[in-house]
Order: sequence, then structure tokens, then C-alpha cells
Amino acid sequence: MSTTAPAKGQGGGSAPPRKAISYREALTQAMREEMERDERVFVMGEDVGRFEGAFKVTRGLLREFGERRVVDTPISEAGFVGIGIGAAMSGLRPIVELMTVNFSIVAMDQIVNNASKVRYMFGGQVACPVVLRMPGGAGHQLAAQHSHSLDAWYAHVPGLKVAAPATPYDAKGLLKTAIRDDDPVVFLESEGLYAKKGPVGGPDDLVPFGRAAVRRSGRDCTVIAHSRMVWVALAAADALAREGVECEVIDPRTFRPLDLETLAGSVRRTSRAVIVDEGWPECGIAANLATHLYEACFDWLDAPIARVTSADVPMPYAKNLEQAALPAPADVAAAVRRVIGRRPGGAA
Amino acid sequence: MSSGTAPRIATSPSPRPEPDEMRAMFSSMWLIRRFEERAAEEYMRGRIGGFLHLAIGEEAAVVGAISALRPTDPITSTYREHGHALARGSDPGRVMAELFGRSTGICGGRGGSMHLMDAERHFYGGYGIVGGSVPLGVGLAFASSYRGDGAVSLTMFGDGAANQGVLAESLNMAELWRLPVIFLLLNNQYGMGTSVERHSADEDLYKRAEGYGMPARKVDGMDVLAVRAAVAEAARMAREEGQPSMIELLAYRYRGHSMSDPDTVRAADEKERWQARDPIVMFERVLLGEGVMTGEEIAAERARIEAVVEDAAAFAEQSPEVPVQELARDVYANPWSDDPRGSAIMPPGPAAPAGGGA
Repeated sequence: MSTTAPAKGQGGGSAPPRKAISYREALTQAMREEMERDERVFVMGEDVGRFEGAFKVTRGLLREFGERRVVDTPISEAGFVGIGIGAAMSGLRPIVELMTVNFSIVAMDQIVNNASKVRYMFGGQVACPVVLRMPGGAGHQLAAQHSHSLDAWYAHVPGLKVAAPATPYDAKGLLKTAIRDDDPVVFLESEGLYAKKGPVGGPDDLVPFGRAAVRRSGRDCTVIAHSRMVWVALAAADALAREGVECEVIDPRTFRPLDLETLAGSVRRTSRAVIVDEGWPECGIAANLATHLYEACFDWLDAPIARVTSADVPMPYAKNLEQAALPAPADVAAAVRRVIGRRPGGAA
Repeated sequence: MSSGTAPRIATSPSPRPEPDEMRAMFSSMWLIRRFEERAAEEYMRGRIGGFLHLAIGEEAAVVGAISALRPTDPITSTYREHGHALARGSDPGRVMAELFGRSTGICGGRGGSMHLMDAERHFYGGYGIVGGSVPLGVGLAFASSYRGDGAVSLTMFGDGAANQGVLAESLNMAELWRLPVIFLLLNNQYGMGTSVERHSADEDLYKRAEGYGMPARKVDGMDVLAVRAAVAEAARMAREEGQPSMIELLAYRYRGHSMSDPDTVRAADEKERWQARDPIVMFERVLLGEGVMTGEEIAAERARIEAVVEDAAAFAEQSPEVPVQELARDVYANPWSDDPRGSAIMPPGPAAPAGGGA
């Protein structure tokens, strides 16, 4: 199966194909449509207005909606994330843009101690429908402090929902779901995917949370990957297909909620699994998914689950070192060959 | 200024509240005092767990501030917030039941002493991280301004929070965006056991706001009428002019930081000096002196409140425990799982569209 063919279960098969737009534009479209639809939705963050966002995701919104609904903030992540949470508790639906996931660490107290807790801690008296958008990931030689993938940190916290789109379609559909959701959503964008183009859904095509996407079908090995790593996994799957190995690539899309059933169902068919994650290996997304899969399908496994993650180091600056630290298609292909017991080149 | 000296504070003269309001303020202060003393007893009996931070001695600050607001003005506070709920009219029985961790508690036993909330009464909660609730209060003001609903947000915090960076961020954005918020700094002169002169380079904490161009003043936090007048003026500025402000209330808590603090750091004579200016005794003198209440009326009201507190404790004691089956309730708005060990896992369902592009 080609990696550009429609994936299993794609909706609207008879509808005319939509124009391909970038992941960045898909996010903008989602925010514009939801702001038009619901007066309570507004955007705040560093340079989201006149500057139109560090990654230009908020392009055109200030012109269309004005300063009341597109709010430039000072560089005060804890403060403006807290203000967003308070506004959400009061019934508004803020979209707070953290310029990058790296700066969300400054606001961690607000996210973990307030956003994730207020509904439970106060016995269900109050909702916190805030969306915290934050791009992350490495690959642009930004070194140790600007290259984080902290998906596991947020996925750790009950009370948060965590989404991480890989495609323009999901970027738009998941963001719309996040904005309409009554719980706080950490929305993890990938800096490396902003220019990626693809079709998107219409104003009412929401992508539900907790439903994984099968990006490619195959019988030999399940490869689980999310966000930018979906594309790394698909490139590896293409290379392996030329060796006669068919991978099933599955994208969980959200970690809270997590569609374990789709992941485990695939592993029960293929009996083998490789998990790809741009984060670190220890206590990471891949470690967590591997545990779930061992618990859910131990008796079906024919080989230990393999993890392909970033190296266990702060991200280095030098281009060759950075590339060596990040999961690449060759690393994924090597892991698949290992779990299915093949040597490079195809000999069993 | 060293703790213990009389506060050097000017309060602008303002009209007295109506007699009915003054009587209600007295009732509220006395209810807080007796409720907290009872809570301390119940804590010693082991019926209340966790931390219990008492605001005894700080009743004027709480009641003076809240009585100056409209019932729809949102309030946020710290973990020393039993009085806020009571002053806003929350049922004392449900507040006590929350301290007992019972199902009838105002937060269903999820919050306890540090995390009371009464959303119906626009009390948006007590929070356990010093300074962490201040931006929430600014966010409530942001929402009021966004909607144009005319509400004023009051966010209360202590002298310890003065040294958290998020306060500086909050002051800046509130003034920058002209949000209707009152920053009420209750300076009880100790951040846990560290006195103001040992934790703040400038002990006039209200000056922190002046650095952002925000009006700020220091007020006698033991004088309920002075507090009320200052907060009323701050609320007027916020409501009519969109002008946020900060008020530093100089006060004193009689007890240690929490029930687990034996209170050995503070000198006995310092405590005695402050207790000589007890906010309830001082207010009683005003009530008697101005003929608002007679001695008999005060005694009768004290007796009535005694019964209210007794009933609250009995209600809490007789209330059922929280059903363990509800452990995972209210983690999410529309939970997909009631398994408390696996609240992240979505149960099987129909496949969703994968979407194009992959």
C-alpha cells in the first residue's frame, strides 16, 4: 500500500477531493472557523496578533477578529496561561498559544496544579475548557533548550487531554474537537510539520479524541508512531515493503484518551510491535505504550517490543549530532527487521 | 517595619455601612472564628485530615473585603480560605463536611480544607500553591471584561506570594489590559515561619504594584470597617474605570501556619500585642459605641452562632463517606471510562475517519 493512499476508514469517500493545504493553514482554519462559530473562543499568546505567531499559525486572525479576541501577551507564560485557565473557569473558551512546548515548562504549575485539577478538586463544580497549543520537536539545530518533545509529561497527568496531530486533516479536525471540548487540552503541534500539505475536512469534520488512525495496513509488524514520527515510520515502511515486509503503521493521535484497542488489535494480528517516539526513552510515550501492549497482548507477541526514541541526551546543536540523536527511517526499519528476525537485505 | 508595632496606615473616612450590614459583618466574623476553633478541635480528634490552616485573627480582612463586593463578583483565594466560603454564605455544614472528607462536602470530599469552592456563589476556590491562584483571579477579571458583565474579581493572597514571579506577571497584565481586579495582599507577616523582614527586601509589599503603575495602599487589616472601605473604593475604581489596584492588609494570624506548626518561631509578646487589637473585639466596641447592637444582642447572636457551628459539626459527622466507586468521577467532563486505574484508556468503539494525507 502506498503511503499516500487513503487510510482505512477515511470518511467522505464520495466527496470531491479538497484542496491540499499546509498543517499550519489547517490549524489557522480550525481557529478561524471556531471563532466565527463561538463568540466565547479567543486566542492569546506571545506575538499571536500583529506578528501573526512565531510560526504564523495565527495569520490573519487579528485582522478578522480584532484585539479583543486576538490578544498579544507579554513574555509571561505562567501568568497568561493562568489567565487563560481563569477565563475558561468563567465560561470562555481560550486558545492559549505557547510559542513552543519548551516555554510551557515555565507555565507547568498552572497547567498541572490548576488546569488539570480544578474540575476534580472542586467536585465537578467548574469546567476548564482551555486549549494550550504548543509546537515542539527537534530537527532545526536549536539545541538543548528549544528541541523538546514533552508529550509524556502531559500524558502523565489525569485531567488533561493530550492530542498530537500528524496530518493537516488531523491538525484541523483535532483542534476543532479540542476547542469544543469541556476539558483542558494540551495540543502538541510539530514544528517540523507546519509546511506539510494535505487535504483537510470541512467546518463540521471533527476528528474525535481517542480514536487511532491506521496510516498503512500490513501483516508483518505493527509500527506505532505519532506526530512527525508518523512520517518517519511511513518512510521506513516504504523501504521495508521493497524487501517484502509489510508494516501496519498506526497513529494514536491522542494519548488522553488513548485508543489502546486499535493498537492492541493490530499487535494481536502481527504479533510484533515497534514504537517510535521523538521523546526520550525513559518513562516516555514509547515505554508507556509498550507496557500497555505487554499487558494487553503478551500471549500474542512473537518478539519483544522494540522502541525507537530520541537518544537519552539533551539535544546537541551540531547538525550531525542532532541527526544522530533523532529517530530516522533507517532506525525504524532496523528495529522492524530485528523484531521480525530479519537481517538487512531481506534474508531471514 | 518590625512585626508587632502598630500599623501606620491611613484610611480615608467613609460612610458607615447600614446597621443591618454591620450586624451581618459581625455575625460573619464570629461564625468564622467559632467555625475555625471547632475545626481545630475536630482536627485534634482526628476527624479532619491533611493540612488545616486557620485564619483566626484574620476575620476582619476576609469579611471586610467580601462585604464590600457584590455577590456576583468572583473571588479566588489561598489554602486559608474557610472564611471566604462562610462569608459568601456557603452552608457551614457542607463546609465542615468537606473538612471531614464526606460526600455532602461542598466539593464532594475531593478538595478538603485547602480546596473549598462554591461556584454558585462565585467563590472560585482555595488553592494550595502559593501565588498560583493569582493569575486565575486575573483570568476571571479578563472574562468579565471580555463579556462586559460589570463584575470585579478579587484575588486574595499572602505576603509569601508577594515573592512569587507569577504575581509580578499578573500585576503587569492586569494594569496593561486595565482589568477589573483587586489584588488583596493579606500580610500576616509570616510566610509560614519566615517573617516579612526576612523574606522581602522592601517590607512595604504594596509597592510591588506601584512598579506597574497600579494604585496601591496599605490598610489596617484588623479593622473591618477600614478594610471594607478600602475594598469598596477599589471595587468602584475597577468597575467604573477598569482600574485594577492592590491593597495590602496588615494583619496577624493567631495560630501557627497550620495545625502541624507548634508556632515556636513567633514571640509570645508579639502575639499578645496583636491580640490586644483583636478584630472582633474592636468591632464589637464600634457596634456598642454606635448603638448598632446592644450587649444582649451580641450575646444572643454569639449563642445562635454557637448552635450553627454545633449543627455544622454534627451534620459533617453524620454524613456518609464518599462512595469509593466515585473515585474517578469528575476527572473529565464526559468520562469515557470509570476505571480509576486506567482513566486514559478509551473503550473500544467505532473506527474514526483517519483523514487524508497519510
